[in-house]
Amino acid sequence: MITTFAASLNVGLRRALEDDPKVLLMGEDIGRLGGVFRVTDTLQKDFGDSRVIDTPLAESGIVGTAFGMALRGYRPVCEIQFDGFVYPAFDQIVSHVAKINFRTQGKVHAPLTIRIPFGGGIGSVEHHSESPEAYFAHTAGLRVVTPSNPADAYSMIRQAIALDDPVIFFEPKRRYWDKADVDFDALGRDAGLPLDRARVCTTGTDATVVAYGGTVATALSAAKIAAEEGHSLEVIDLRSLSPIDFDTVEESVAKTGRLIVTHEAPVFAGLGAEIAARITERCFYQLEAPVLRVGGFDIPYPPAKLEKHHLPDPDRILAAVDRSLAA
Amino acid sequence: MPGQPDYPVQLVQPDGRRVLDPEHAALVADVGPEQLRALYEDMAITRRIDIEGTALQRQGQLGLWAPLLGQEAAQVGSAHALYPDDYVFCSYREAAVAYCRGVPPTELTRLWRGVAHHCWDPHAVNMTNPNIVVGSQGLHATGYAFAAHLDGAEIATIAYFGDGASSQGDIAEALGFAASWSAPVVFFCQNNHWAISEPVRVQSATPIARRAYGYGMPGVQVDGNDVLAVLAVTRQAVARARSGGGPSFIEALTYRMGPHTTADDPTRYRSAAETEQWARRDPIDRVRRLLEREGHWDYAFELRVTEHADEVAHQVRTATIDLPDPAPTELFDHVYTTPHPLITEQRREYTEYLTGDPDEASARPEGVPR
Repeated sequence: MITTFAASLNVGLRRALEDDPKVLLMGEDIGRLGGVFRVTDTLQKDFGDSRVIDTPLAESGIVGTAFGMALRGYRPVCEIQFDGFVYPAFDQIVSHVAKINFRTQGKVHAPLTIRIPFGGGIGSVEHHSESPEAYFAHTAGLRVVTPSNPADAYSMIRQAIALDDPVIFFEPKRRYWDKADVDFDALGRDAGLPLDRARVCTTGTDATVVAYGGTVATALSAAKIAAEEGHSLEVIDLRSLSPIDFDTVEESVAKTGRLIVTHEAPVFAGLGAEIAARITERCFYQLEAPVLRVGGFDIPYPPAKLEKHHLPDPDRILAAVDRSLAA
Repeated sequence: MPGQPDYPVQLVQPDGRRVLDPEHAALVADVGPEQLRALYEDMAITRRIDIEGTALQRQGQLGLWAPLLGQEAAQVGSAHALYPDDYVFCSYREAAVAYCRGVPPTELTRLWRGVAHHCWDPHAVNMTNPNIVVGSQGLHATGYAFAAHLDGAEIATIAYFGDGASSQGDIAEALGFAASWSAPVVFFCQNNHWAISEPVRVQSATPIARRAYGYGMPGVQVDGNDVLAVLAVTRQAVARARSGGGPSFIEALTYRMGPHTTADDPTRYRSAAETEQWARRDPIDRVRRLLEREGHWDYAFELRVTEHADEVAHQVRTATIDLPDPAPTELFDHVYTTPHPLITEQRREYTEYLTGDPDEASARPEGVPR
């Protein structure tokens, strides 16, 4: 059926609630309102307010109490309303959720899924457009994933909830209204790519572009324009930011010899740096040019009227492709 | 608030005389001489464990120890109010609570020796491991309590924390969530008057228990050096939680006689006079005086308790010294529940580096303990 990204998540959450009585949703405004992006629309009506829980406005509280519930065998799915609101919960996530399995040598798990709408491009105010993924990818014990399209939104939320490890689940909010034809029944619970695998979206021969979340569509636009200009780009959707599927990236770069990484987050000490370093190690003799990064500037997220300059667009990606090809 | 005493609940005075408080005395009316002796014995043993912990640190066998000296009544009294199916979330100073929960004395020092980040199996005794981040466990307890409520389990969950932790946002958020959810949780604040070097006045301008009223739950202040009074008020709170009455808050006024940890020097920030004043309120002496006054003390009992305490301390000592250092590759165990390529790769590389043997490096899958 034709569905949006947000509606695919809704179906995924609904089926997770149906399949496992220990799954419950927690967050601010997720009940009657259905969440500010309507991702949890109608779920409280259908599953009740003890499965879809409107919490007090306290992010540390949401994650901290979810952690306690996980200790009693529940699988809470927390919604953090916006990226910039996750910081009060940071201590609970990195100090407790991420570490409990290691701390107790496997005796206690924390199978939490923490959903965070992230990134910009929707003309919003401060604290509503951030890309905090590097903080979490840097934390051992967490898995960090981000779907880029409606089908992955469904299959990845199902897989994230089923996993015994805590998952930070970033939802690129400017893609919430993207539409696609998704066959939910064919996907089932476990179908689709494994959660930690990257996907080659388009194959190409001249350069590889790695993107994730909101920038995948941008990279695909760039590849389309490049094709018209006679350059063949291979676009990879990373999907998982921890772990990163370096094998898929390596295989591509071994073929193309050139790599451009793009993300919305500031470039300095971001995921692009990690990917550049690893691929340089793995593909030192195949690389024809230095790995390039196209990302947000190293600034606080700018006001809405300037965000189009901050966010990578197809032109900036293509400029990097040109630099790479010229090397 | 009506019905809330504005003085600490006390049932036994420092000189061993009982206090006339029919309401709270009724809650411990079943505690006869034998039970009183049992409380004394647990307090004496946990003090002995604590002294051993400090000695082991001084001898280099432990990296750190957080002494509970002086807080035995607050911990033993409250722990005796709990049922085995209740669940305990603790801070890092609750060795006496752990002992009363049935944690083997041999498991009390693992974390402090630095061989692991935990001491015991939480689900084996329904008690979490020492929590180092101050106050965060208030939220964990609230979530656990709410989950138990969803399960229909009639149990109480208790969160231990200190006066310093009461300043943390997580405790405030926990009180808010617990009240909002009517969660069956007991907040047990051991106000030991010092958060490392900061006196409690730095944390709060009012009695900490009073904050509970603002959240719509009962808050009671109790003489935390009076084991019977602590037992009484904790029984009341636990019964309330187990019967669906929701959360409550206890502030046990006690005193940390020793340093914050073995790395601390309290002589830099508090007077000997203050410490001596609290020594006269020693929680163990108080029970002994009560037993003596009521004719239930004898030398044979004293000797038996001392021998038992020495035996437990000996177990703690030998178990601590016998704890081997973990194998280097345990670094990579249990970071995740499921294989993670980065960890798998680093384990293989480091094992190969240590052994020079690529075969051994790839022999053991991630997450499988030795």
